[in-house]
Amino acid sequence: MAENECSGAGHQAPTLTAAPLSPIPRETWEGCSVLLDINDGDRLVFARLSPAATLKIGNKKCSLGPLMGCPFGALFRVENGPGGPYLARCSPSTSAASNNSMQESEKGNTTENNRDNRLLIDNNTAQNLSSNDIDTMRKEGATGDEIIEALIANSSTFGKKTVYSQEKYKRKKQKKYAPKVLLRRPSARSICETYFKKFPARTGFLRVDTLSLLLCMANVGAHSDVLVVDMIGGILTGAVAERLGGTGYVCSISFGATPYPSDIVRMFNFSNEVRSRIVQIPFSDLCKSHESLESSETLLNVKESSTLAESSSYKNSIAISAEPINQELDLMEDQPVSNEEMLTFPANSEPNPLSSNSCSTYTIDCKHENNASITHEPVTKGRRPPPEIVDWWKTNGFSSLIVAAPESDVGTIVQELLPLLSYSAPFAIYHQYLQPLATSMHRLQNSKMAINLQISEPWLREYQVLPSRTHPLMQMSCFGGYMLSGIKICNSDTCEK
Amino acid sequence: MLSIDPSKRSSLERRICDGDLVIVYERHDKVKAVRVQNGSDFQNRFGVFKHSDWIGKPFGTKVLSNKGGFVHLLAPTPELWTLVLSHRTQILYLADISFVISYLEVVPGCVVLESGTGSGSLTTSLARAVAPSGHVYTFDFHEQRASLAREDFERNGMSSLITVTVRDIQGEGFPDEFCGAADSVFLDLPQPWLALPSVRRMLKQDGVLCSFSPCIEQVQRSCEVLGADFTDIRTFEVLLRSYEVREERMIGTEGVQDSPVGSLPRKRRQCISRDVNNDSKEITTTTSTIIARPCRETRGHTGYLTFARLACS
Repeated sequence: MAENECSGAGHQAPTLTAAPLSPIPRETWEGCSVLLDINDGDRLVFARLSPAATLKIGNKKCSLGPLMGCPFGALFRVENGPGGPYLARCSPSTSAASNNSMQESEKGNTTENNRDNRLLIDNNTAQNLSSNDIDTMRKEGATGDEIIEALIANSSTFGKKTVYSQEKYKRKKQKKYAPKVLLRRPSARSICETYFKKFPARTGFLRVDTLSLLLCMANVGAHSDVLVVDMIGGILTGAVAERLGGTGYVCSISFGATPYPSDIVRMFNFSNEVRSRIVQIPFSDLCKSHESLESSETLLNVKESSTLAESSSYKNSIAISAEPINQELDLMEDQPVSNEEMLTFPANSEPNPLSSNSCSTYTIDCKHENNASITHEPVTKGRRPPPEIVDWWKTNGFSSLIVAAPESDVGTIVQELLPLLSYSAPFAIYHQYLQPLATSMHRLQNSKMAINLQISEPWLREYQVLPSRTHPLMQMSCFGGYMLSGIKICNSDTCEK
Repeated sequence: MLSIDPSKRSSLERRICDGDLVIVYERHDKVKAVRVQNGSDFQNRFGVFKHSDWIGKPFGTKVLSNKGGFVHLLAPTPELWTLVLSHRTQILYLADISFVISYLEVVPGCVVLESGTGSGSLTTSLARAVAPSGHVYTFDFHEQRASLAREDFERNGMSSLITVTVRDIQGEGFPDEFCGAADSVFLDLPQPWLALPSVRRMLKQDGVLCSFSPCIEQVQRSCEVLGADFTDIRTFEVLLRSYEVREERMIGTEGVQDSPVGSLPRKRRQCISRDVNNDSKEITTTTSTIIARPCRETRGHTGYLTFARLACS
């Protein structure tokens, strides 16, 4: 097909402008941060790749070495080898393969169509193979698939199940005997989703659609100077930096001397250029007058009480950052959960289907002996912006503001920070509770500092789309937080020069 | 509209100039795009506003009409543009747009393919996401709509980031020159499954596709075809619920008898009736409080968003 043909008359075919260096790395490298998705999201682990890094699955330790230099999106399977279990690259079993086999058996045998579960009795006697039999098979070097085939052959009820039920059975056995590891690229989307699924308290329960809204409402894009209050581990700072792509600045402000923990930023695999745009500064440095200094102290006091709660939940992430970066940041268990988190949220928001299994003492162990070969970034201790930039911000204002301070007095924060914005600059405030946002919105309306004020609650529902089985997922997140958005206006008193 | 030109970015120092695009804000649901022209004026129910009064003022200013009414002049952003642009087709709104851009993992420098262009609502936000070094190649089979979109992008200073082409993607697929060049692809087509084989060739490995379809049958058909070469297939619905916030006076009575603490909140303007019977020991108190509740009506459905990644070979 000739390249330049297209329908419609008289229009030039588009020409691909010289492709710039792709901003998205498509393959892993030594030292890069990765997200490992084990068994279709049952377990999610952040890791840093190195020849000596390992991943524990069940009670086996596999080296992560084979994952280096592989494309993101590659799939691996735990195989049994002479030197122990190892991760082997395998081709993704796309859903089409299983769908096709199901559709064919549907068309073929009408008796299979009429199956249902009326005769299936759940009394644990269906399987003839014992766990000893299976262990023997393993020692003899049987592959995961072979074990699964054997289980199916020895099941007295398998043949009586519906086609869909058989697929479900197969997948369940696969998870146990032939676990899959999917190599995923950390991005704002995948990192936010992972934390929301496994340890939401650390990111202030920020759901991915809410994060997306914040970024758009605050008009985050190249050359923006985005002022950010990030008390949720750094996910917001990282997401903004990702969208800035190496221009503009994301200025993370703290009300107090120490910047808020932002370890999550390190998971993004940012280039030096992008990372250089992430700066931290105490609020007092941005104040223009003495009044503002006093109020920042008030804010400090207000925050003292909430800082205790915060610091306990962030203790874990701080502890992690003190250790060499090659440690895995496993999100599921083995991290002491702070009291605050235990009280307010169920310890396991998602039922772990493997928790009842004997080999499910999944302890993540990624320590390795040799640290010398690892390249690691220094723990960012709040890179300060150059003074000329700070002066520029004081003169011109920030182009937008995003606040994610789930446990703080959001109304006061907004009042203090709005003067630092340019005129007609948008802002977006994220909070878990409606009342503080309502109060803040009302105050802003009365003080005439902002217009287009809106409190929104995002709603997100996921669907399962399968032939004859399309419906919303059984489990749903029904709360992703609230967002107050608006645009700062030029108050006639302060505006005219 | 976008801050590609650092000298034009939002700033306390920046002033409205002749030829600038401003967003005239009357109310949250009454917003209009106006190109400033010295000598012209803008009229609405509040009166006549002279453009010459606007020139030299900062964005975000309140300006007055000849009758003393006022509006605010805002700097354009892709979000405001979505609210003011002329609808030649049904458009995507903020909830879908923001989710799509995040889920497609669009960052500066990316190459994004889009079909159809429609009224350019999503295209504008995509351009912001890929700026300054990336590009959006957008295709529409309707020649007139493609022209109008191209003009919009030109006038808004985004033509260096967006290329509009007339092409029937369902019938012909994307042009071969984009093979393996796209980081992300977005489809808003009546029969997206027809374009999927082409999308497969366009995407880089692990690249992300999004297909927006109003009907579930379209989603089912698309997912069946996606199964062949794509993985991580997920379908979502996204909506936004707004809240209204009011200050209310709650009328409470404390009395000898057990009376309820407060009656239903009444509007501020209503008179507070006094209890005429002075012998009773009832005291009427009023407190003012901020209350919030969801808005009663909202968009119930726009479309299903199906995302998928190109599987590794």
